[in-house]
Amino acid sequence: MCLAVPMQVAEILAGIAVCEVDGVRREASLMMLDDVEVGDYVLIHAGFAIEKIDPVEAEKTLEIFRQVLDAGGGLDP
Amino acid sequence: MKYSSEYRDPQMAAAMLKAISAEVADYAGRMTLMEVCGTHTMSIYQHGIRSLLPEQIRLVSGPGCPVCVTPIGYVDRAVAYARQPEVVIATFGDMIRVPGSSSSLLREKAKGAAVQIVYSPLDAVKLAAKNPDKQVIFLGVGFETTAPTIAGSILEAARLGLVNYAVLCGHKTMPAAMAALTADPHLQVAGYLCPAHVSAVIGAEAYRPLVEAYRVPCVVTGFEPLDMLRGIQLLAQQVVAGLAEVENEYRRIVKPEGNLRALEILQQVFEPCDADWRGIGPIPRSGLQIREEFAAFDAERQLPVAVEEPQEHKGCLCGEILKGKVSPKDCPLFRRGCTPENPVGACMVSSEGTCAAEYKYGC
Repeated sequence: MCLAVPMQVAEILAGIAVCEVDGVRREASLMMLDDVEVGDYVLIHAGFAIEKIDPVEAEKTLEIFRQVLDAGGGLDP
Repeated sequence: MKYSSEYRDPQMAAAMLKAISAEVADYAGRMTLMEVCGTHTMSIYQHGIRSLLPEQIRLVSGPGCPVCVTPIGYVDRAVAYARQPEVVIATFGDMIRVPGSSSSLLREKAKGAAVQIVYSPLDAVKLAAKNPDKQVIFLGVGFETTAPTIAGSILEAARLGLVNYAVLCGHKTMPAAMAALTADPHLQVAGYLCPAHVSAVIGAEAYRPLVEAYRVPCVVTGFEPLDMLRGIQLLAQQVVAGLAEVENEYRRIVKPEGNLRALEILQQVFEPCDADWRGIGPIPRSGLQIREEFAAFDAERQLPVAVEEPQEHKGCLCGEILKGKVSPKDCPLFRRGCTPENPVGACMVSSEGTCAAEYKYGC
């Protein structure tokens, strides 16, 4: 039930963000977030944007996986 | 899909699995790690994570599906409301098939009751605004991720001056339930994969009291397979090293303090109360009730209705399954009397329930 989808904000009108993912557009309330701008990625749950996605932290997490891969892991050839 | 597919890379997953196996290679025992989120349950089954892990790590599912832990009396009350001619029940989809003592919302709908599935509680508010001659009752079920959205719908209904929108409040909160489970001496949880989006609202620091009181490691973990593996790795590292700390794997979403605006909305409308968890029993201060100030939107206060005596189904092991004590295959009803088409227990009803996930993906 707590599933939420990362979507990009395409438009903002009076506290409502029109968000987009893979060609799907959906309205979401911005009641729970301040400082959202067009182009930001937000997490949508039950018609509300519940959090902004932090691109710097997203990249840092991916970097951890890259390091583990470089350290000699990965699928066997 | 950006911020999803990058965290599903098979090469990186294989590398993570090798790293995890190496880290627990010298660990003599078997550690039980519990997730308490239906979306984690689904992810574990969907990606076959359990079968990929080294034998030192045992993954169990706890009471993470809000539909599954909603007491049967709540379903009976919703059924009783649905039978009132002026009532429209608005609900998230997974509640309508949950069996009550003698009926379900789906059965009532088949008999002509107005039961409408909505995507957002704001859609239920719109429904009330459009149908002033009807009483719309929204089924407020869910943890801290969902509760602020229902609080938001009550604030919106108040702003619009609606008098025909009410919530049947059955919200629950997670850390209190985790503390109750940890205190159970029969259940030896070595560490928790903490729910991703509950934590987006309450923050990673919300688990600190649990960690300090019970010395149990807690790692906030995202839902993508690489997130899951990283969460498991961080927990395993703590268990091997004998540590108990709060860590946050899902930093791209979860802040230490959570979403303060969402918490403010939640606390404006709701206050903590004792709550009954289906299969587990009462847990103090683990639920939310509507504050006096918003009593006009509380279905239970505003709309008295006769509700049948709750009767649990015999032989169903949902309670033990929700506590992670037994697995679905241990239940005599699993795949026999209880299937997704004809569920007996709540764990089979919701797609996020452990039994439904085992039925769909298990072998």
